[in-house]
Amino acid sequence: MLVNQLKMIPLSAWFGLVVIFLTAFIALFAPALAPYGETAIVGAQYEPWSDQYWLGTDNLGRDMLSRLIFGARNTVGLALFTTTIAFSLGAFLGILAALKAGWLDMLLSRLIDVLLSVPPLILALMLLAILGPSIPNMVGVIAVIYIAPVFRLARAAAQNIVVLEYVQAAQLRGEGTFWIIRKEVLPNIMSTLIAEFGLRFCFVFLFIAALSFLGLGIQPPTADWGSMVKENATLITFGDYTPLLPAGAIALLAVSINFVVDWMLHKSSGLKD
Amino acid sequence: MNNLTKQIGQRLALGVGTLFVVSILIFIGIELLPGDLAQEILGQSATPETVAAFRQELGLDKSPFVRYIDWLGAALQGDFGRSLANGRELSELLSGRLLNTLFLAGFAAIISVPLAILLGLLCAMYRNSWFDRTINTAALTSISLPEFFVAYLLILFLAVQNNVFPALAQVESATSFGDALYRTFLPALTLILVVVAHMMRMTRASIINVLSRPYIEMANLKGLSRWRVIFKHALPNALGPIINVVALNLAYLIVGVVVVEVVFVYPGLGQLLVDSVVKRDIPIVQAVGLFFASTYIVLNLLADILSILTNPRLRHAK
Repeated sequence: MLVNQLKMIPLSAWFGLVVIFLTAFIALFAPALAPYGETAIVGAQYEPWSDQYWLGTDNLGRDMLSRLIFGARNTVGLALFTTTIAFSLGAFLGILAALKAGWLDMLLSRLIDVLLSVPPLILALMLLAILGPSIPNMVGVIAVIYIAPVFRLARAAAQNIVVLEYVQAAQLRGEGTFWIIRKEVLPNIMSTLIAEFGLRFCFVFLFIAALSFLGLGIQPPTADWGSMVKENATLITFGDYTPLLPAGAIALLAVSINFVVDWMLHKSSGLKD
Repeated sequence: MNNLTKQIGQRLALGVGTLFVVSILIFIGIELLPGDLAQEILGQSATPETVAAFRQELGLDKSPFVRYIDWLGAALQGDFGRSLANGRELSELLSGRLLNTLFLAGFAAIISVPLAILLGLLCAMYRNSWFDRTINTAALTSISLPEFFVAYLLILFLAVQNNVFPALAQVESATSFGDALYRTFLPALTLILVVVAHMMRMTRASIINVLSRPYIEMANLKGLSRWRVIFKHALPNALGPIINVVALNLAYLIVGVVVVEVVFVYPGLGQLLVDSVVKRDIPIVQAVGLFFASTYIVLNLLADILSILTNPRLRHAK
C-alpha cells in the first residue's frame, strides 16, 4: 500500500522531498557536520578552494562551508519559526472572526485589508525602520505581514464549517469558544491549512533571505544564506562562483518546496474530481 | 452606463479611502517609535535645550493630529520635508530617483508584458506539447528563484565572463537615452525574467479555462481557424484575469526593484529606501513608503476598473 503510494510520486516531487530532507538533516546536525565553528576566523580573507577550506573562506576569513552548513540551521529554522507564528495567529483569528461574526469580523477583516493593500516588502522595510533591524523584530514583522493571507484563507474555510449543525449544537451546549475552535472547526479545515503552510513557508523563506541580503534581517555574525551573498558579493566581479552557493542553496530549497507543494495540490485536486 | 459610472465611482472611493488609512498608518508608525525622535537623532549627550529646540524645529511639540494634517497637506503638495541625515530637501532628492525607478520599471514592463502574453497564448494553444512543458517548467523554476540569485548569475555570465553588459547600472542625468538602456539592461533583464514567468502562467491558465467552454467547441466545430478562435472568441473572455495579473505584476515591478536596485547599485527609490531604513532616516522612509503604497493601490484600482470595462457581465452585477 505504502510502496504503491511512493511509486506514484512524480520525479520532480521526489527531487523536492530529497532536498528538503537533506536540508533538514544538515540543519539538525550542523555542529557535527561543519569542519569549523560558525563564527570562527580560521584563515586569511577570501582564500580559494583547497583541501583545508573546501569552499574557501569569506570576507573575514571564516570557513565558507561551515557557514553554509550553519546557515541552513539559522535561515531555515527562522523561516519555519516565523511561518508557524503567522499560521497559528492567522488561523486562530480567522476562525474566531468566522465564528463570532458581527463587529469583530468587520474590524479584523478591514484591518487585514489594509495590511494587504501595502506591498509586503515595503511594509516590512517601513516597520523595520521604526523598530530597528534585529532578529526578533524581523520575525515579528514578517509574522504580522503573513497573518493577513492566512487569516483570509482560514476565515473563508471556517465560514463553511461554522454554519453546520454540529457547531451550532456545540454552541447551544454551552461549549467555550476555544473548545469549539479546537475540537469542531480546526480538524475540518486542517488539510486546507497544511497545503497553504508549504506555500507560505516558501514565501517567508525567500522574504527572510531578501531582507538579510539587504542587511535588515539576520544580523552578523550569525551565519545566514542571504547575508552571506551580500558579504561576499565582490568576489563575483572576479569571476568566482563561491558567493553564488548560498544564493543557489536558497533557490534549490525554494524550487524543491514548490515542486512538492505543486504535487500535493495536484493530488488533492485530483482526489476531488 | 449609469450603473457603470456608479461602480467605478465606488471603486475610486474605496481606493482613496484605503490610501487615506495607509497614510494614517504610516504616520502612526512613526509616532510609536520607542523613545523620542529628537533624542534619538541627537544622541544621549545632547542637552535638554538642544533637544527642545530640535523638537520645535521638527514640529514635535504640536499635537499628533495637527502634525498629521500638516504632514499630509505638505505631502500632497509635493513637499516631504527634509532628510534627517543631511538636511537636504526631500522633494529634489526624490524626483530624480523616482524618474530612475520608473525608467527601469517601464523598460522591464514594455518587454515583459507582450512577451508574457504571447508565451501564455502559445502555451495554451499548443498545451501539453514539449514547447508548453519546457516553458512551464522553466517558469515554475524561475518563480522560486530569489531576485538576487538571478541578478548575480546574469552579472557573472554577461558582465564578468563575457564582457557584454556593465555589472553596475550607473546612470546620471547626463546619460543619453540609448546609453541608459544599455547600462540598465541587466537589471531590466532580471526583472523581466522574474515577472514574465508569473504573467505567462496566469495567461495560460485563464485562456485554457476559457478554451474548455461550449462556445469554443462550437467555434471549432464551425471550422474556424485556430487563430480566429483564440483572438475572437477566447482572448476577449480571458482579458479580465489577464489585466488583473498584468497590473499586479506592474505593481510588483515598481516594488520589486528594491532588491535589484541594491544589487546593481542603481540610483533609484528602492536603494534610497533601504539606505534610509538602515540610517533610520524616518522622513525619507515615510515619503518613499507612501509613494510605493499609493502606486500599488492605484495599479490595483486600475486593474479593477479595467476588468469591469472589458467584461460587460460585471457591469450589471447586483
